[in-house]
Amino acid sequence: MKVLVPVKRVVDYNIKPRVAADGSGVETQGLKMSMNPFDEVALEEAVRLRENGGAAEVIVVAIGPKATADTLRTAMAMGADRAIHILTDEAAGHDGGIEPLAMAHLLEEVVKKEQPGLVSIGKQAIDDDMSVTGQILAARLGWPQATFASKLELLPEGRARVTREIDGGVEVVEVSLPAVITADLRLNDPRFATLPNIMKARKKPIETIEAGSLGADTKPRLETLNVREPAERKPGIIVSSVEELLDKLKNEAKVL
Amino acid sequence: MSVLLMLESEAGKLRKSARAALAAARRLAGKAEHKIDVLLFSGSGGHDGQQAAEEASRLPGVGKVLHAPTHPLAEQAAPFLAQHARNYTHVVAPASATGKDVLPRAAGLVDVQPITDVVEVIDEATFVRPIYAGNALATVRSSDPVKMLTVRPSSFEAAEGESETPAPVETVQLSETSQARFIKRDLASSERPDLESARVVISGGKGLKDTDHFHKLLEPVADKLGAAIGASRAAVDAGFAPNEMQVGQTGKIVAPELYVAVGLSGAIQHLAGMKDSRVIVAINLDPEAPIFRVADYGIVGDLFEILPQLQEKL
Repeated sequence: MKVLVPVKRVVDYNIKPRVAADGSGVETQGLKMSMNPFDEVALEEAVRLRENGGAAEVIVVAIGPKATADTLRTAMAMGADRAIHILTDEAAGHDGGIEPLAMAHLLEEVVKKEQPGLVSIGKQAIDDDMSVTGQILAARLGWPQATFASKLELLPEGRARVTREIDGGVEVVEVSLPAVITADLRLNDPRFATLPNIMKARKKPIETIEAGSLGADTKPRLETLNVREPAERKPGIIVSSVEELLDKLKNEAKVL
Repeated sequence: MSVLLMLESEAGKLRKSARAALAAARRLAGKAEHKIDVLLFSGSGGHDGQQAAEEASRLPGVGKVLHAPTHPLAEQAAPFLAQHARNYTHVVAPASATGKDVLPRAAGLVDVQPITDVVEVIDEATFVRPIYAGNALATVRSSDPVKMLTVRPSSFEAAEGESETPAPVETVQLSETSQARFIKRDLASSERPDLESARVVISGGKGLKDTDHFHKLLEPVADKLGAAIGASRAAVDAGFAPNEMQVGQTGKIVAPELYVAVGLSGAIQHLAGMKDSRVIVAINLDPEAPIFRVADYGIVGDLFEILPQLQEKL
């Protein structure tokens, strides 16, 4: 079985991005970019499946401009066997202006071509925080889905047992394969790429496909009218004792 | 305007988030004569769902209730939702684990771009949603024929009231699927208020040192405050608290009247889950901790001394 892992290149999670002065979006120019943390987890799970014999090959796929190839190299240094780069227009920015629905349309074409037995994808990207691509892809393929996965076990007869993080606890479901799994942070601890593996990854192949050549509908459905900073909280005060804190909470903030 | 509102029950009753989602739906429906229909999934947890259906039928402004007394497996729920979506201008669900699982799949079937975690409804096609862990707010306009959205419950004032004549309830069956099977649910049982709707939340971080202290120090204070207990990701990862107590970008989003952050630094990902709280209190040994930048009141000091004092004086 092949496992397909879509990965996204996003602003590094430690960086607090700034909103552009004209309200057109978030400034990403010159910021450190990294693989979306949830996709690292999805990838780690796929690599473990290959290592324990559950999968034969791990293919990573990313959508974006030229620099997205860096993220694919990182993915291969972490253990992916090969990569597919769906190349978008440089002028459309770091995400190619591709919305999650359009991303799912593009991924659908890759799935049709590669015929994986499993798609392992992060539960959300930390830039748009949409948390929808895996579900839309599963819907379009007519495959089952197991979202927010914190544990994955392959069962005989082409099924998988997945523990899902839900509001009040966890839930266990069984899905037939092929399926789409979206990874929660709890699924595993992704490994670091070692220097020898980074060197080896340079020799692994990246297949580049122009986004436009896949024949997928990528027309945006949302227009961003503006992006603004959330309201700043007014500066608080430091109190010197528990008595003073309780007094402020009772008489000034009136929450007790 | 016509809205289909997807709701779910918990322990046989409508979930607390239902009335906040209804408030968002009412903003969309606009005039009172525009209808809001409810699709209710009540099959979780071995209750028959009659009470939840009854509650839903009395929600103000609801035209009818489609009651599916089944567990909302996305493979069954999404086709049903998608099939009905075409009769409405909007499909709305709370941004709960079920809403986030089912609604995007339904949107994929209808082929529309879902809009998730909406915090403000500007007009029928224009919505505000947080991006980059809440560090920016994007206003987006949808051109899709049906707008499919999840709404953040803590951002909408729960709709109040009951309608005098209950709306008709129609029981619906979902088509069978062999693709997915529900095995079991393990829910943490707690006497405490629900984290997402609590008026007061007290959260602990790595500063509590171990599981024992996490419980021994936070619980008595939470009891006195009538508070729900939350945790930072570091505290959850260290095993002090279960996952469902995590507050942050990847956990629960809360906006209580009072949020007390104890022994947690205030990483970007944690702030994403609590910075819309009305009053924030921080207790931390490190005066440079980022949590003090959002706190209304801060105490720089040792939580092992401060919490027992707080417990005593409350």
